[in-house]
Amino acid sequence: MGGLPAGAVEPSEHDYALWEKRVDALMMLLSRKDRQLLTVDELRRNIESLGPEAYDEMTYYERWIYAITQTLIQRGVITVDELGRKIEAVKTREAQRA
Amino acid sequence: MPDAVAHRFQIGDRVKVREAYPIGHVRTPYYVRGKCGVIERVCGAFPNPEELAYAREGRPAQPLYRVRFVQRELWTDYAGQPVDVVEVEIYQHWLEAEGPQP
Repeated sequence: MGGLPAGAVEPSEHDYALWEKRVDALMMLLSRKDRQLLTVDELRRNIESLGPEAYDEMTYYERWIYAITQTLIQRGVITVDELGRKIEAVKTREAQRA
Repeated sequence: MPDAVAHRFQIGDRVKVREAYPIGHVRTPYYVRGKCGVIERVCGAFPNPEELAYAREGRPAQPLYRVRFVQRELWTDYAGQPVDVVEVEIYQHWLEAEGPQP
């Protein structure tokens, strides 16, 4: 990170979880030329502003969804209130299903 | 406003990377700031990522160059071959003309 010393790169194959594929799809749909609700540079800026500790703790697609969410709030596409209420609703829905 | 800033450098030109440390979203790595290199190729001109990162247009487009640096000049403890180089893509507004190698 940022040119700091790090261990060896460990290449590994990995099956993507459904939510990870959805995060990838969200990114593609939001950045499409005819929509342009975010740029890869905004995504990078928001990922890089995580700070070293959070950066290390979060997985690749966790960082992506964090940055996508931040960008959509910054641009006014969604509001913090909408996001909070939606997460609450999904939690309730999932709890009822369980 | 013109669509792209005019190119100032050509292949083979010696350049120095500006030694500046602004906050914000900068794609120029710290380890090449203040270092000298040679233009390896002209990559074209692209909207400025420093502006794109804040949802602005980034126009006029900034010329982008691939700059070749000698590893030993970047890392004082570099243990590899003296001919080893690293190439980094850098936007024109981060580059200044530098005289021939002393």
